[in-house]
Amino acid sequence: MLVVAFVSFSLFNFVGDPINNMVGEETSDEERAELRETLGLTDPIHIQFSRFIVNATKGEFGISYQLRRPVSELISERLPATIELVLISALIALISGTLLGVYTGINRRGFLSDAILAISLLGVSLPTFVIGILFIYLFSVILGVLPSFGRGEVVNIGYWSTGFLTSSGLKAIILPAVTLSLFQMTYIIRLVRAEMMEILQTDYIKFARARGIKEKSIHYKHALKNGLIPVITIAGINIGTLIAFSIITETVFQWPGMGFLFIQAVQFVDIPIMSAYLVFIAFVFVMINFIVDILYYFIDPRIRVKAESASG
Amino acid sequence: MDNKKLNVWDRIRDSDIYFSFIKSPTAIASAIILFIILFCSFFVEFITPYNPFDPSSLSLMDAFTPPSWTEDGVAKFIIGTDGQGRDMLSTILYGSRISLIVGFSAIIFSLVLGVGLGLTAGYFGGKYEMIVMRLTDVQLTVPSILMALLVDGIARGIISREMHDEMAIYVLIFAIGISEWPQFARVSRAATLVEKNKDYVSASTIIGVSNFIIMFKHILPNITRPVLVIGTIGLALAILAESTLSFLGVGVPPTTPSLGTLIRLGNDFLFSGEWWITFFPAIFLVILAFSINLLGDWMRDTLNPKLN
Amino acid sequence: MSFLKIKNLSVDYKMRKETVYAAKNVNIEVNKGEILGLVGESGSGKSTVGNAIINLIDEPGKVSNGSILLGDINIHENSKNIASYRGKKVGLIFQDPQTSLNPIFTIGEQLIETIQTHLSLNTEEAKNKAINLLKEVGIKDADTRFYNYPHQFSGGMRQRVVISLALCCEPELLIADEPTTALDVSIQSQILELIKRLTKERNLAVILITHDMGVIAETTDRVAVMKNGNLVEIGKTKEVLMTPKEIYTKSLVSSVPPTNKKIERFKIIEKENKNQTDTNIKILNRWTKKKIVDQDLVQIKNLSKTFDDSFFTESSKNSVMAVNDVSFNIKEGQSFGLVGESGSGKSTIAKMIVNLFKPTSGDIYFDKVCITKIKNNKEMMKFRKQIQMIFQDPYSSLNGRLKVKDIVSEPIKLHNPSISSKDLDNYIYDLLESVELTQQSADRYPHEFSGGQRQRISIARALATQPRLLVCDEPTSALDVSIQAQILNLLKDLQEQLNLTILFISHDLPVVRQMCDRIAVLKNGKLCEISETEELFKNPSHDYTKELLTLMPKIESIYN
Repeated sequence: MLVVAFVSFSLFNFVGDPINNMVGEETSDEERAELRETLGLTDPIHIQFSRFIVNATKGEFGISYQLRRPVSELISERLPATIELVLISALIALISGTLLGVYTGINRRGFLSDAILAISLLGVSLPTFVIGILFIYLFSVILGVLPSFGRGEVVNIGYWSTGFLTSSGLKAIILPAVTLSLFQMTYIIRLVRAEMMEILQTDYIKFARARGIKEKSIHYKHALKNGLIPVITIAGINIGTLIAFSIITETVFQWPGMGFLFIQAVQFVDIPIMSAYLVFIAFVFVMINFIVDILYYFIDPRIRVKAESASG
Repeated sequence: MDNKKLNVWDRIRDSDIYFSFIKSPTAIASAIILFIILFCSFFVEFITPYNPFDPSSLSLMDAFTPPSWTEDGVAKFIIGTDGQGRDMLSTILYGSRISLIVGFSAIIFSLVLGVGLGLTAGYFGGKYEMIVMRLTDVQLTVPSILMALLVDGIARGIISREMHDEMAIYVLIFAIGISEWPQFARVSRAATLVEKNKDYVSASTIIGVSNFIIMFKHILPNITRPVLVIGTIGLALAILAESTLSFLGVGVPPTTPSLGTLIRLGNDFLFSGEWWITFFPAIFLVILAFSINLLGDWMRDTLNPKLN
Repeated sequence: MSFLKIKNLSVDYKMRKETVYAAKNVNIEVNKGEILGLVGESGSGKSTVGNAIINLIDEPGKVSNGSILLGDINIHENSKNIASYRGKKVGLIFQDPQTSLNPIFTIGEQLIETIQTHLSLNTEEAKNKAINLLKEVGIKDADTRFYNYPHQFSGGMRQRVVISLALCCEPELLIADEPTTALDVSIQSQILELIKRLTKERNLAVILITHDMGVIAETTDRVAVMKNGNLVEIGKTKEVLMTPKEIYTKSLVSSVPPTNKKIERFKIIEKENKNQTDTNIKILNRWTKKKIVDQDLVQIKNLSKTFDDSFFTESSKNSVMAVNDVSFNIKEGQSFGLVGESGSGKSTIAKMIVNLFKPTSGDIYFDKVCITKIKNNKEMMKFRKQIQMIFQDPYSSLNGRLKVKDIVSEPIKLHNPSISSKDLDNYIYDLLESVELTQQSADRYPHEFSGGQRQRISIARALATQPRLLVCDEPTSALDVSIQAQILNLLKDLQEQLNLTILFISHDLPVVRQMCDRIAVLKNGKLCEISETEELFKNPSHDYTKELLTLMPKIESIYN
């Protein structure tokens, strides 16, 4: 099994490569535009690229064209804000998404199920920034109960600055986190629901019914456990997508995280920041896939236990 | 079985899809809304009395007129005007045309690319399939909105500044299209693999039919259903992606605003109380995406026999 | 006094256009210690009756009328209580053991949960009971197997686990819905023996639902025949099969291929298309008929095929030898049978002959030309034309998006591009009429036809290139027996009239006996024996052939 973990790790390492590669080549395109002399980008592409890789492993991504500060410094400054935001919204999305998905999957025809589904479809149709704007308007402009931008007060613990320890920091994270989680939550609801509905129609569920197993056990033990296996994969992808969508949320709420930094970089064609951000994203995906593989191993006996007879 | 020939219309009326459509009020309602939006957006010149992009017709005196039912409202601007005195309704309809054009073009671009690669990958298999699927895997790990941002960022680097505004729409179409194709490739490859192993394909091979004809005459019509479902949902996603990019300021420029650009422009006035400038484009966008999604959802339920 | 009484049972499915009556006023009684066979073709409602007993009917179906008496209790009286009878009083076994067990729980967990649902035992007692039960159904090392997951069992073993689950709370009635259909002959007989033994030992009342008349003849005490939701006939198995009263039962019995003799044609009592006259092979006028020469049309020399197991290539180079050094010849004008269980490699050989697969080693000669070495596409087309194939699954073998006309015309146009459209139409009509379909069928789509009719379209398509060799891969195993009899008759007629050579592949020995002149028996990719049909059935030389012949369910066993 360790082998599988290693294979998936190196696979996704490889997956991360072309992205770096692309950006590395782009760097040479950019040099003509600005800052050729200062940043010394006159070397041939392959030398730049190899230097990029060497530096990337050390966490060095050069100096931002726009802000004239080392990228690594900028990133480490912004990282905690993004991670706190993404973690909170991932928790919201996963927990409420799974619960509602299971409910609608089991109670296929009911008023509440229909309502949840309609709302979830509306949720897929609402772009994150519109939700954000509506929230700001409702809670900050009209009601004035929650802040509309920033992180509030933060406490520094070593390198890490957290907003969890102050009341203004906690208040500030509510709107962005909920905004960010809504879209993913609706996705999870629909996926879990479809999964549950499919499983409830399988032969083994029918056979369990035929043995007189209680409906409760059928739903929450037999069906749910099978249904959750694909949800793990989704949860993994979900966290990655959340990081991407945090770009938008951070822009709307002016949350001082990496996404905000990235969008400014795109607007000003600040390649070092863009490439550093991508390496970061690729790294997160490698980690997530690694964790998902390990979880699969523990949950699905079909992977854990090899069949003894090949005919099975 | 009766012996009379059925014409095409009878076949449609007899089909389960038609039946399910007639029985589903949400499907009908969303189809009607969608049709109205499409119609109004593409014939906007003949519908609205104002051309918001004709500077001579604009007057700054009209700027920030609130909707007609409010105290300071004026009847001729039903839902008010924006900061430059443009009629909001006309501006929204022009904007939705841009959004729809970008959305449709992007989805057609990714559909052709994705289905083409997916179909051939599924059919031929081997190393070619491996490369194509690895490519989709790579791209799927990068969330689509990020991919679009990235493509957009690179394009900004390549294209000179003067060309930016002119090229913006094409860059946007390309950026969104390129970020959506892996979905199509995966779905059509999976469907092709199923179809390829069916005996009718073997039968055609045994008869001596060429690979090309088998792929496009036999397999392609049999994989349209899942592709259509993905396409509809993808259209909604593409429109949302366009408006998101425009909202972030990397999409279409304010001179020819799309819905997302309008929302971004209006967002600045939100705190000063001019809520309608951002509210109406946002609502319009949501209604548009919602009705496409409703239709896509209905299609998925109807065309997927497994969940019925 | 019967133990189970089904009284006036009706099940309705309210569909979009009409209500389908899946069961209409069915009355059946079953005694303890007795196996009742419930037989019928697809759509007869036999499974519906089985499921309706414990009210396990899927939406939109509904038990609309009737009562089920178990002893003195009417279990349908209170719909809420039915669940408590499931498993406790009535056990149910499904067709496919691969899918009826929950893959993520060990069989022990599933057994204990079921036992504790109905009996008040603690976990230790439940476990002992479960292990004893596993031993009883014939699972070796039950103590350790108890902790295994379903995927660690083979198909036959899994069905034993399923039976143990159905019986773990000691129900008095067991309903087995096609329990052996998904299994090979050798395992089928073991499972049927097990059910018979348990019936006697536990004094069970058993309903055995099946489409296989051989299984009915060998296992059941009484039989009920169903058609279109109606009970046609019920009585002692021997009486019903030997002296059927109803026309439908008669036609059913006469359609079953006898295992002990070869008959000229099946006696067809009810035809699928009633308005049709006798076979009229119109295509004969167009057929460039070749005289049968006394030669081997197909020669297969040391043919082998290995498949790389692509799933585990990283860990080990697993490769499966699907066909291992097989050689045989087919005489022109003959029917040659290839027989074997699943995994024997028979279909792989067929696919190599029609050039869908390339052999790993060995050669295939057709009319003295080695077709495995042809590289040139044009050269290949000549042989594509002469070798055609009919497939097992009538549903996947026709492209649902094309009209029948287009399906049949594709090969004609491809091999004769200059044909005029009028001639083409007539050609299509001739072909369709030759396989007993009407001219109007040409403008319809495949989904408007039944399985048997689809198989006829498939035959028409294969005949369109005027082939000399027709490869039939299990052409009737997806069909009901009465339809099978008609298709087999048609194939025989076509072969005689058109001088076809046929390679007939099947797992069904009685069918092969009816169809073939010579037979080759395959096991695990290797050839066991080849001999003339009658010789093979009367004096099998290979042990495996002997085993197959003794184990196959025989309808004639009723006479003993």
